Amino acid sequence: MSEAGRFDTTNILVVGTGGQGVMTATEILAEAAIALGHDAKKTEVAGMAQRGGVVSSHLRFGAKVLSPQITPGSADVLLGFEAAEAMRWRHMLRAGGLVLMNTGRLVPPVVELGLYDYPDDPVGQMRAAGTRVFSFDASAIAQELGDIRLGNTVMLGAIADHLPFPAEVLERCILKRFARKKAEVIELNRQAFAAGRAAAEQAARTAAEAG
Amino acid sequence: MTAEAVVSTPPVAASSRLLMSGNEAVARAVWEAGVRVAAAYPGTPATEMLECVATYPDVYAEWSVNEKVSLEVAFGAAMAGSRSFCAMKHVGMNVASDALMTMTLTGVAGGLVIAIADDVGLSSSQNEQDSRYWGRFAHVPVLEPADSQEAHDFTLVAFELSERFETPVILRLTTRICHVKGLVSVGERSDRPVAGFHKDVGRWVMVPSAAGRRLPLMFDRERRLRAEAEISELNVVEAGSDRRVGFVTSGPAYMHVRESFPDAPVFKLGLAFPLPFERLRLFAAECDQLVVVEEVEPLIETELKAQGLSVAGKDILPLSGELSPQILKPAIARLLGEPLPELARTPPMTVFPRPPTMCVACPHLGVYYTLSQLRNVTISGDIGCYTLGFGQPWNALDACISMGASMGMALGLDKGRSDAEKDKKIVAVIGDSTFLHMGMQGLLDIVYNRGNVTVLLLDNRAVGMTGGQDNPGSGRDIHGSDAPRVDFARLVKALGVREERVHVVNAYELPVLLRTLRDETKIPEPSVIITSQPCVLIKDYHALKPFTVIDDKCTGCGNCIDVGCPAIHVTRRERVTKASGREVDLAFVRIESAACTGCGLCLKPCAPDAIVHVDTLAMPIRVVKKTSELTQTP
Repeated sequence: MSEAGRFDTTNILVVGTGGQGVMTATEILAEAAIALGHDAKKTEVAGMAQRGGVVSSHLRFGAKVLSPQITPGSADVLLGFEAAEAMRWRHMLRAGGLVLMNTGRLVPPVVELGLYDYPDDPVGQMRAAGTRVFSFDASAIAQELGDIRLGNTVMLGAIADHLPFPAEVLERCILKRFARKKAEVIELNRQAFAAGRAAAEQAARTAAEAG
Repeated sequence: MTAEAVVSTPPVAASSRLLMSGNEAVARAVWEAGVRVAAAYPGTPATEMLECVATYPDVYAEWSVNEKVSLEVAFGAAMAGSRSFCAMKHVGMNVASDALMTMTLTGVAGGLVIAIADDVGLSSSQNEQDSRYWGRFAHVPVLEPADSQEAHDFTLVAFELSERFETPVILRLTTRICHVKGLVSVGERSDRPVAGFHKDVGRWVMVPSAAGRRLPLMFDRERRLRAEAEISELNVVEAGSDRRVGFVTSGPAYMHVRESFPDAPVFKLGLAFPLPFERLRLFAAECDQLVVVEEVEPLIETELKAQGLSVAGKDILPLSGELSPQILKPAIARLLGEPLPELARTPPMTVFPRPPTMCVACPHLGVYYTLSQLRNVTISGDIGCYTLGFGQPWNALDACISMGASMGMALGLDKGRSDAEKDKKIVAVIGDSTFLHMGMQGLLDIVYNRGNVTVLLLDNRAVGMTGGQDNPGSGRDIHGSDAPRVDFARLVKALGVREERVHVVNAYELPVLLRTLRDETKIPEPSVIITSQPCVLIKDYHALKPFTVIDDKCTGCGNCIDVGCPAIHVTRRERVTKASGREVDLAFVRIESAACTGCGLCLKPCAPDAIVHVDTLAMPIRVVKKTSELTQTP
């Protein structure tokens, strides 16, 4: 049960950097929850209108949602669009919570300037700290499909089998967004979603084998 | 939030329950209320209200040049009997307050609702203010919704109250209302007859004698509003079985209280001013003790204490920032002398900071790279994306307080300089929209008082930081249709800057920019350097052929990194010892060609000419259209 106590609420935290489509992805997750009759609230912490900065988007859904923010230590799933950002927000995760993360890196100018270091091994560091992590290169998957902008559909595919509702509901909500687009765009998103699901499944197997 | 994010709201609802942000819900209610005129100046977290209102039919919507003008426009429409709406961020009301403090005397004919969005937690603001003070200061009612549904419903009630009591009404929102999406039951528009303007100099012309006659009416209105608060359905008492602590709360703080203490009695104030003291007294009598939970300042608490009620509040809760169950639970446990609740804790991991950056190819990059080359200079800054110039790698902005303040501050820095700073150059940096908002007057003051200031007017044809909204300098209105476009060069000349001291410079032509800046800062009179390249996020911007780095030619000097473009990445670092014995750190680079839009700013500082167009190397690189979507291959 979540921090919300008697209110049986699912808490999903989606994190990344400005411009990656974090807020849109969270909104689609909210729409899926609503389609199934849940109450839902979605909110962001997105300072200075993003501009390449840190974005964390909170989604809470259940019978009745009060406070829109996920309190630290109570996120059921952390969906990380960028490797270091997943690390940054790990403290939001509940005990036994799951991190689904893109291993793709976005290195900010402060690191390029040599002022800070990018962590050597975000996945390894999180696992060493006892966190359950399923990781995959969503950026590379999107690029292979021909458009980096498919990254957020890949990420949504990855979380699809870790939600308290069928993956198909989420897929329908994504494709609905592109209903007016060309058939080709819809097909690409369908593929991206499937690739994300497969990547997360493969990552889960790898994590299980690693013990 | 970008402009695209808003368009998700359809002009007319197909379903009656929609997932809406607080801003979208207010906009919907504005449309439903039959509002005919809506005005605003963009500002986080309020921006989307007007953006969204503009998508509905039958409402005149405008971006005004500043918040004061927007409120005056809305007030004018209300004088004419139309329902009108005005939205602003908290600091906007500082600008608009001059108008507010007298329209509270005249009152309104058509309903006038002013939505003020407080950036509690300072996600994108220069300060944190509690706009509920304006209710007390201007003697107008303040409504405080707690979620998107209430944002919608309270907006409708606000118009009703405004017309019933003939007063402007403040709708107080916070970031956590504006930018939270929740389900909202919506209605349809009801058009209302417009009474028209009735000439009445005793009411609309606020000369001292007339204003003096209106003062008692204003205080009588406040008395009647207090009586209304006692019966208003906006104020709700929720009984609870655990009466050790009763909570008095308003706005989003209510949600945190309700979630943290499900069994406690709660007095939820929807009408946050004036307060219903009699009802609150009855509520207090039913609880062992009262705790006021409010964001952010102790307004309710102070008033309850003045009424002789014993309450806890800011003695146990923080005076700034957002509240949360994580803050409330331990505070109340301590108050009750109970053991602290066990909060879930997952230790944080240390990660580099990721401050907001300027975009790839942003024209401001060239400006700040150039400013960072100047010595013996004080740079007076302003509010916009270019405020980021204070940070790495430029360190080229020394002050920033409020909209347009770069001008006056620069003149003060000039006139107040110490003897040791006799030769110091004073530069002011201001964007197009900020200049039109409140900078023009400051420049006029510099000219009139013969200041020695070099003004950099960064005209990127957009209100960049809030998502690229239009303004009188962009040549487009709120709907994106053609509109008269101000000519900045003519404008500053009209303010008295001499013709020879006005330059329009391409922000990507670094040598010209540097030369012009050097020349103008030497001349002891006001000058204005206008840069005129568009924001890379608006449609006026056209991407050019991307660049790449020839690995063999890169010497690792790292000069290109000082431009600050996020498309330049370090591939490896080396420390070498020069012949002189000096140790030098080298940083070899590559360009993220998929993100590069070919502005060429990094070419100038590159000594070995290692940066070339991608096709020079015949490398097949696909260009991503959206420059903001950066990525890095592993």
